[in-house]
Amino acid sequence: MHKLLAGQSARRMFLLGNEAIARGAVEAGLAVGATYPGTPSSEISNALFEMSRESDLYFEYSANEKVALEVAAAAACSGLRSMAIMKHVGLNVAADPLLTLAYLGVKGGMVVVTADDPLMFSSQNEQDNRYYGKLAGIPVLEPSSVEEAKEMVRYAFDLSEKVGEPVLFRTTTRINHSTGVVTPGELLPVKTTGDFEKDPFRWVPIPAVARNLHVKLLKNLEEAKRLSETCGYNFTVGGGTWGIICNGVSYNYVSDGIKDLGIEDRVRILRIGFSHPLPEKLIKTFLAGCEKVLVVEEGEPYMEEAVKAFAQEEGLTIPIKGKAPDLLSRLYEFDPAMVRKAMAAYFGVSYTPAVLPDLSDIPEIPQRPPNLCAGCSHRASFYIVKKAAEGMQTIYPSDIGCYTLGILPPLEMADYLLCMGSSLGAGCGFSKSTDKKVISFIGDSTFFHSGIPGLINAIFNNHNMTLVILDNGTTAMTGHQPNPGVDMSTLNLSGYGRVSIEEVVRGVGAPFVTVIQPLKVKKSIEAVREALAFKGVSVVISRQICTLYAKALKLDSKRTFRISDRCKGHRNCIDELGCPAFFSKDGKVQIDAGLCAGCAVCAQICPENAIIPAKD
Amino acid sequence: MNTTRLIIVAVGGQGNLLASSILGEAALLSNIPVRMSEIHGMAQRGGVVESAMLFGDGASTVISDGEADVLVGFEPSETLRALKKCNKDTVVVTNLAPLPPFTVAIGKGVYPDLAKLQELIRAKTGKLIAVDAMELAKQAGSTLAVNMVLLGATMQTGKIPVSPENVKEAIRTKVKQAFVEINLKAFELGFAAARTGRS
Ligand code: SF4
Ligand code: SF4
Repeated sequence: MHKLLAGQSARRMFLLGNEAIARGAVEAGLAVGATYPGTPSSEISNALFEMSRESDLYFEYSANEKVALEVAAAAACSGLRSMAIMKHVGLNVAADPLLTLAYLGVKGGMVVVTADDPLMFSSQNEQDNRYYGKLAGIPVLEPSSVEEAKEMVRYAFDLSEKVGEPVLFRTTTRINHSTGVVTPGELLPVKTTGDFEKDPFRWVPIPAVARNLHVKLLKNLEEAKRLSETCGYNFTVGGGTWGIICNGVSYNYVSDGIKDLGIEDRVRILRIGFSHPLPEKLIKTFLAGCEKVLVVEEGEPYMEEAVKAFAQEEGLTIPIKGKAPDLLSRLYEFDPAMVRKAMAAYFGVSYTPAVLPDLSDIPEIPQRPPNLCAGCSHRASFYIVKKAAEGMQTIYPSDIGCYTLGILPPLEMADYLLCMGSSLGAGCGFSKSTDKKVISFIGDSTFFHSGIPGLINAIFNNHNMTLVILDNGTTAMTGHQPNPGVDMSTLNLSGYGRVSIEEVVRGVGAPFVTVIQPLKVKKSIEAVREALAFKGVSVVISRQICTLYAKALKLDSKRTFRISDRCKGHRNCIDELGCPAFFSKDGKVQIDAGLCAGCAVCAQICPENAIIPAKD
Repeated sequence: MNTTRLIIVAVGGQGNLLASSILGEAALLSNIPVRMSEIHGMAQRGGVVESAMLFGDGASTVISDGEADVLVGFEPSETLRALKKCNKDTVVVTNLAPLPPFTVAIGKGVYPDLAKLQELIRAKTGKLIAVDAMELAKQAGSTLAVNMVLLGATMQTGKIPVSPENVKEAIRTKVKQAFVEINLKAFELGFAAARTGRS
């Protein structure tokens, strides 16, 4: 049995935040879950997908976040408990249905998980998704710890049913990827079959209907506000006259910090866990008892601005600060020392910070950026395209996936990136705005997610560009989740369809399509040359399974290569391919047999044919 | 109860996530409050993986610069890179077997000299325990047991408020049956090597 399906009597577990969230959802009787994977949210979905194979839960990897949210919305409108899980930028994709879903409302509890990523450990921006709650007019909950996350998810479903709206469950990386001790709770029975009652004047927001629905939404929001005022997740601790209002992980740094500073009896903390709508009365009462207030929140001054407005309404002139050059930043994530320092400065408490070691005499340490795996087919594809495009002035719009790592030397094959699918839209724009040859790269999962409309656009408007679809048969970056192109029978799963990228590309009318096998270097270069010479939209599908995934499925070749004494030290392999299995020893290139994945690409580009299969 | 702050830095694939989850499990067995946070987004692509573990009272799961009580580095240059987490009292445990990053191979950086590296760490922290975890792992029977060697060395410092017995118990429950013996042996070898400070 899956460890997260253990009954209430199971002993306490040491769980990842994301596992705790999955457990909370299962305890609440989750019936339908849908996601598009994205760090730092992915492990929630991994766990739910695994559990769905041995329980009543239905869980799917949807084509993108918008679809996932719509799947969950329909389930909730049919009276089932549902969840849509995504990373923060995924909610941009799902924003369209979310904002109207708020008008329609839900019957069964629906929770939308948005995993924000302050400091951008694995994201292209650090947007603060609390504003989506405000924009849509739906409740927002934010846990401060792993333990609390599990409890709060359960509450989120109840809250959603009480208010009749989806609830935004907002985490940050330090919740998702923290681990803590969790006590399992009761598993509620799952209601697996819902019923959709036809009522077009509720579910079909044509203008006349939508005008009424907006009135209903504002009423629901009033109810949510009433609940926020008394919700146990908005609480006060301590009793001094220095006030601190905080949320999420900042609450931990504040609690630890006031102890470190020895100001426990001077400080009163208002921890906000239900952050939209904010508990106005609670905050106003809190302010009335304070002589000055510090707002500690990562990201944008979401609470700070509201708190200042509340103070103004009350005619309070006490100092209220948060984001300021000498206090707290809108940038990145906080840490305990940062918050301690801000509290000490704001409240005028003396404090000796930890003495950092003097690092001035430390030699420069070579960087260790993440790199495409040894034997990664993307490396081969990049090399092939680079060779085929030799002598051309090129622009390489890239997309989101492992292949974005192609940005690094020696490949340097990523010139522009906005978001999922942007290699196509931006490629269209570049083809009209410059005289350069546009060659866009997109992965299989990203192509299904949001590449197809861009391709249709390119074909319709007859843009002159080449699209290279890097089809490695999985969603590699986030940990090898399935996508619509995956043959699910290789995972011993039945009952799935399968979408062929080639048929999609031909079906929408791409005028030039070629499929390459990137581990065959010479042949592939020829094929790509032809594609590049084509005027109009040409599509290259580069098909080769992700090496890491192949290893996990035990489909890897098991052979390795070595450099023989025919090597004359041209260093083409290391300088042009940059496979991490290469290293230099005493000025000679060598291959680490423990890393080599046996792709044989280096062997094909060595001018001396010096790279040969290793025999053991 | 005081808070003990432990940072583990490693290169993706070195098994530090298993080591930290074993420590967490051992803390659970010992009834010691424990929290941890990990940055492992790109672990499998050869990047740096960092775990912060906090034992005892408190709520934070992050350790600020200068505030680690113990720093464990699975790779020498990564230990050096993480030195900003230390202060003059920090106990540092490092592996001495280097895994030079790819940037060195393509000529974008020079790997630090190992003797100088130890000298620097020793001068700036409370204590340095350096072991060739790769060599000891081989002795134990598997190059993959580097993590258990370092876990053993870390437990020998006496800085982690968990008993070595509970760590061994957690190894027995968390590690695949076939590897338990090798892992326990690696743990013991690391523990013993830390006593002398070298392998
Ligand atoms: S996980 Fe797969 S796609 Fe990603 S870098 Fe490794 S081999 Fe390439
Ligand atoms: S065959 Fe060459 S390019 Fe392929 S993984 Fe081995 S060393 Fe790297």
